Amino acid sequence: MYTQAMDTMGKDRTDLPKAVRSAEEAALQDKFDARIDAGEFIEAKDWMPEHYRKTLVRQISQHAHSEIVGMLPEGNWITRAPTLKRKAILLAKVQDEAGHGLYLYAAAETLGTSRDQLVEALHSGKAKYSSIFNYPTLSWADMGTIGWLVDGAAIMNQVPLCRCSFAPYARAMVRICREESFHQRQGFDSLLTMMTRGTDAQKAMVQEAVDRWWWPSLMMFGPPDAESPNSEQSMRWGIKRISNDDLRQKFIDATAEQAKVLGVSLPDPELHWNEERQHYDFGPIDWKEFWQVVGGDGPCNRERLAARVAAWNDGAWVRDAAMAHARKHALLEAA
Amino acid sequence: MSAAAGRPKAGSAPPGGSGEVQDASVGAPVREWPLWEVFVRSKAGLDHKHCGSLHAADAKLAIQLARDVYTRRQEGVSVWVVRSDQIVASDPGDKAAFFDPMADKVYRHPTFYELPKSVDHM
Repeated sequence: MYTQAMDTMGKDRTDLPKAVRSAEEAALQDKFDARIDAGEFIEAKDWMPEHYRKTLVRQISQHAHSEIVGMLPEGNWITRAPTLKRKAILLAKVQDEAGHGLYLYAAAETLGTSRDQLVEALHSGKAKYSSIFNYPTLSWADMGTIGWLVDGAAIMNQVPLCRCSFAPYARAMVRICREESFHQRQGFDSLLTMMTRGTDAQKAMVQEAVDRWWWPSLMMFGPPDAESPNSEQSMRWGIKRISNDDLRQKFIDATAEQAKVLGVSLPDPELHWNEERQHYDFGPIDWKEFWQVVGGDGPCNRERLAARVAAWNDGAWVRDAAMAHARKHALLEAA
Repeated sequence: MSAAAGRPKAGSAPPGGSGEVQDASVGAPVREWPLWEVFVRSKAGLDHKHCGSLHAADAKLAIQLARDVYTRRQEGVSVWVVRSDQIVASDPGDKAAFFDPMADKVYRHPTFYELPKSVDHM
């Protein structure tokens, strides 16, 4: 699962690179730029510009938060899965999302921000997570549709991140991408089963879910390139490899064909194959809705955050008890 | 995932980083579970390889969590965990000087020696 392109916050522009302060720092900066240009990986202990560090902490932690919050819409359906097989699959997928969140938190921590600080930023609303998880999961078909479209968009977004210049992030992404394919395939499989062997009501349920998730999935790639202020810097640093619009087009071209196999329609009357461009044309995306959800006013923003904060607070005694247990045993062993 | 010992401890200065990060943690109660680095042997006969890190209250819990986080798909037959603050690493800033002495010892490599064709498979 993933997160839209993370350069969505206009306010980020205030921390554009500052004027270089000393000759020594200028030399370090030149060396760093040369390493990036040579396609080298940057490790956590290597010198890096402050803005590079900040950009990565923000992007990786928001990515981690998205994995964790992303468990909520699906966890909602574990007890209501229609068969034991589907329940086991969904359980495994949600567990994977937790694992992905943990890989990513660990990568972000190498940059010098503690786990508690990262979690606190999420809970206080300072840090964002992908707006896709602020939409509700209303029917069982949403589980398949999320796998197919949301995880599908995630894979498009994430594969280029395996070559991110910051090595701990790239390594985490390699691991995640290896596991992500299962997520998309199980979703498509679930939908295909309903579309080929299901009742009319089940087929209608699939179509209704696809209609609801299509546009939010396209928004996962982030705002159009022209309105994506930080993209250029992230491209320069090798944090981002492919632009929002290019990834979105790639996703539409792939899913439009998959929809035919599935036998569902996509809710865009302007979706047509363009022979000349060798791509699908598509209708305008409602960016007003996107910004509204990013800004906190999506259908489930408050519910999602409240659920996370409650889980954290309710688990506090377990964390404290484990620490007390560890301290006690350390003392006993020392005695 | 992390450069094990490369990870700055909470409260210490991240290398080359801003002051902002560590300032926020000064005075914070130490309630966070300590950090452990995880090494997994993927199959018998191979060495353990660093694969990431996690937080755990003690060693037993760290092993348990390492299994859940890093070996969900039979990625390993053995797991090591070690407290991150117990790892000592070479300084990346000294990389050139530290490893340089090896660069001029080409005679350490078999390809340094040109032998007659008839025995060159040696």
